[in-house]
Amino acid sequence: MSTNTPSTSDQPAVGTARVKRGMAEQLKGGVIMDVVTPEQAKIAEDAGAVAVMALERVPADIRKDGGVARMSDPDMIEGIINAVSIPVMAKSRIGHFVEAQVLQALGVDYIDESEVLTPADEVNHSDKWAFTTPFVCGATNLGEALRRIAEGAAMIRSKGEAGTGNVVEAVRHLRQIKGEIAKLRGYDNNELYAAAKELRAPYELVAEVAELGKLPVVLFSAGGVATPADAALMRQLGAEGVFVGSGIFKSGDPAKRAAAIVKATTFYDDPKIIADASRNLGEAMVGINCDTLPETERYANRGW
Amino acid sequence: MSSSSTPVIGVLALQGDVREHLIALAEADAVARPVRRPEELAEIDALVIPGGESTTMSKLALLFGVMEPLRARVAAGMPVYGTCAGMIMLADKILDGRDDQETVGGIDMVVRRNAFGRQNESFEQGVAFKGLEEDGDVHGVFIRAPWVESVGADVEVLASLYADTADEHIVAVRQGNLLATSFHPELTGDHRVHAYFVEMVRAARHGG
Repeated sequence: MSTNTPSTSDQPAVGTARVKRGMAEQLKGGVIMDVVTPEQAKIAEDAGAVAVMALERVPADIRKDGGVARMSDPDMIEGIINAVSIPVMAKSRIGHFVEAQVLQALGVDYIDESEVLTPADEVNHSDKWAFTTPFVCGATNLGEALRRIAEGAAMIRSKGEAGTGNVVEAVRHLRQIKGEIAKLRGYDNNELYAAAKELRAPYELVAEVAELGKLPVVLFSAGGVATPADAALMRQLGAEGVFVGSGIFKSGDPAKRAAAIVKATTFYDDPKIIADASRNLGEAMVGINCDTLPETERYANRGW
Repeated sequence: MSSSSTPVIGVLALQGDVREHLIALAEADAVARPVRRPEELAEIDALVIPGGESTTMSKLALLFGVMEPLRARVAAGMPVYGTCAGMIMLADKILDGRDDQETVGGIDMVVRRNAFGRQNESFEQGVAFKGLEEDGDVHGVFIRAPWVESVGADVEVLASLYADTADEHIVAVRQGNLLATSFHPELTGDHRVHAYFVEMVRAARHGG
């Protein structure tokens, strides 16, 4: 975090980088759950979710149904906002800044400019500085994360492969980001300019990451977490929290599984607690082998 | 509990912005460590309850047996500082919480959760903080923040926003060894409120 001098202004400032990034700081150590109805949102809140992601179909169903996936119906998002007291996030298509404007007008607490929906622009992401509502964006590597931050993202999630119930891509992307950060730490100042060029990211952000040893915003993991042990794995690999999409409400006993994933996320380094949380959860979502997924069905390839 | 001169201050690490508090406390000359288990509570001189999601924090505190030992330590006089969700946790009574939401309690106040609104209404603003006026306003970062609706006779109000207007709201209070703010000094790099709390902890050790 940057350290500004205290202001003595009498005017409250809304939508500042600190207020946007600070919101994500409050979610750390927590689980953000995909929900498609107010009832599911309540189950998530009861289970201890720190926030819910309101969407029309979970990624597993988007995969199954095909077609164009868009922002959810405002009535449905409002229904979820009214059902729970925890923060509500919602997804816009990549580059669809009007969907984002609508979500801001609805009063959602965070906008996910998400590769899970069908991209609206194959060149440009939305200018996220233009909004009061903060944005979270996906990334598969450090350069992608820093380009999103340069565009105004206040939180990053490693993409993984949503709707598969398979954690392998989540692990790949988080390891990639953490590994590239660790590499930057070892560079001297002369090398950071070339690193910025290679990462295709602004030099200032690259230098900041090299100094901090972490992203300047909160980093969560997403895309494939289906079990308490999956969540704990992502935490041990360095994620500050997890998004769980299809993994909860596509399983046999969503309430129980949701509570178990919350426990394992907090006590991610305590195998005994993870073991207890993993008992008798009923069936996990079936899952998909990612190496049999055709390139065109890989959501992680969307965005650049 | 430590007997050396540097107080050991835990940060309740069930969920929330734990790291930022650990850094702020270290810069305010305390030994800071995360605390998640009941037995770890016995090893600290004081505690910070961070910002986060108060419903999640409350649920986890109950689930993992932290709530009761924490109430016992508060009753025995352990200094505790709560920011945002931590303020909610220290309130004897809350409004707009979940029906089953329990708090640690200890401060005779009524706190309204998310009182300043949703994230789009979150803001930052200077706050005149009683006892810290010398170096100017404390920079207040308010995120889906609560405010204090009313306080009992033994509670000292340390800061209010929009004082002497119809919109006046209490945003910082102290009762005995308990301190609470609606806002997040841990997000600013200005560690005067943490230093204020560390002084409270030192005074409590010498006095007690």
